[in-house]
Amino acid sequence: MKLITAIIKPFKLDEVKDALKAANVTGITVTEVRGFGRQGGHVETYRGAEYKVDFIPKVRLELVVDDAVADQVVEVIVKSAGTGKIGDGKVWITEVSRVVRIRTGEEGRDAI
Amino acid sequence: MKPFTIKSGVTALSGTLGALAMPGLVRAAEDAPPSLEELQTLVPGLQVTLDNVFVLVATVLVVFMHAGFVLVEAGLTRAKNAGNIVMKNLINFSIGAVVFFAVGFAIAFGGGFDGLGAYIGGGGWFIGDGAFAYGNLTPFTFFIFQAAFAATAATIVSGAMAERTKFGGYVAYALIMTAVIYPIVVRWQWGGGWLYQLSTPFHDFAGSTIVHLTGGVAAFAAAKALGPRIGRYGTDGKPRAIPGHSIPFAIVGCFILLVGWFGFNAGSQLGADPVIGRIATTTLIAAGAGAVMAALVTRLQSGKTDVAMTGNGLLAGLVGITAGCYAVSTIGALIIGLVSGLIVVFAVSFFDKIRVDDPVGAISVHGVCGAFGTIAVGLFSNEESEGFIAKGLFYGGGTDQLVSQIIGVVSVAAFVFVASTIMFAVIKATIGLRVSEQEEREGLDVHEHGSPGYGSDRAMA
Repeated sequence: MKLITAIIKPFKLDEVKDALKAANVTGITVTEVRGFGRQGGHVETYRGAEYKVDFIPKVRLELVVDDAVADQVVEVIVKSAGTGKIGDGKVWITEVSRVVRIRTGEEGRDAI
Repeated sequence: MKPFTIKSGVTALSGTLGALAMPGLVRAAEDAPPSLEELQTLVPGLQVTLDNVFVLVATVLVVFMHAGFVLVEAGLTRAKNAGNIVMKNLINFSIGAVVFFAVGFAIAFGGGFDGLGAYIGGGGWFIGDGAFAYGNLTPFTFFIFQAAFAATAATIVSGAMAERTKFGGYVAYALIMTAVIYPIVVRWQWGGGWLYQLSTPFHDFAGSTIVHLTGGVAAFAAAKALGPRIGRYGTDGKPRAIPGHSIPFAIVGCFILLVGWFGFNAGSQLGADPVIGRIATTTLIAAGAGAVMAALVTRLQSGKTDVAMTGNGLLAGLVGITAGCYAVSTIGALIIGLVSGLIVVFAVSFFDKIRVDDPVGAISVHGVCGAFGTIAVGLFSNEESEGFIAKGLFYGGGTDQLVSQIIGVVSVAAFVFVASTIMFAVIKATIGLRVSEQEEREGLDVHEHGSPGYGSDRAMA
């Protein structure tokens, strides 16, 4: 099993969710996060003075999927979250050693 | 104010006769129209009632302006200080009501107007014996309108002191401002004092100088005494914006202030006279023009229309027209509004540059535009009334009014600056004016008042 983590632009969340649902993903966990990447934040203006926003609001998606579909899921995310502009975010895959469904005690693929 | 004309009185009366339950009127409604004799006794009584009702309604609108100040100041500052800033507005209003009742009203309006009386009044303490009343107003109606104004002058300053002032120090300031400093300024003009006694009287119809410049100059002295907020200037010395936490709060606040301002300006007629329509119109035009101009200027400066600054522009237009809302023409109001909206944008940048940190722009809006609006009366006045107002320079009246306006602005600004500088120095040396660095970083809400403005279940911003 794999944990897929993606940092995306907040306004892309709906599109990514719809694309993942269409790809038969059964669950996503979403967190509002802030951070910076290579662009290093940006500058905004307020009442004639500038200020730097170092940490830009992003959304973090986490989903655990079966090994067989992990690459396909990553592709779906990359395709649906992309705008081609700076700040689109990242996706990465992590190995998961054990998963348990709390209600039933099911493990592994059955718990996904 | 202008006399109530019998003609419009008759029209208004015959329309409302049936609705009034006064014995004399009921008979008149059933039979023939009232005789001239009956009208001559009825109209003045009705006028007294109308005047008191109108001024009381205007007072309520001015009181409502404090809700506007609450929202503007809370919106333009950070969430961690939200409870503190609204508490300042709340306590300031409440202290103002009590102190102006006890002391301020007597200093502003009590006693004779000769000698020392031209500078400071005394008499009618606690609205007691010798309490002053204007025209048809009862002393109570007159007092409550003036009390709402006193609290307004004081609360202007809280925005400039935001996010770093000790609450106790602020309380001391609010007390002295509403008990002594503001009442003395009022005395000079509305209390019949020396500015009003100039050969061409100083003219400040609703208080561009007496209320707003007074508040703005005290705000300047306060911000100077306090120093800028931590983080307001980068290590390179350049100003760094500290954005407020709720722009919608700030703009709803601006609209509430606009609504209240119709009471502020039209109510300053101190009677129900048809001229209130024109006063409200000049007020509206200047407000709109100020906002439009500020929006345009920020757009030209940075390519983006700044929301908070446009709100400041609306208020700048209102402050600018407050002195001349009665005297200037509608075109004059338009120009005053536009120029105020222009001035406020540059004033905000100017105070940023000289390291006077004013989180909400109170010094620029109330101080700078208050001074401009007052002087503008000397240019745009289109009214002439012996012992009250002369025509302005642009309307063939020469420079008499202009000179009086400048005298008024300079003397009030100088007095308030000196008095407030001394006051804040004394507060600093005794109670203390600024909170500790740790408190400022963590937010004033918990340290000064025990709990955060947005509830302990919310993370502090």
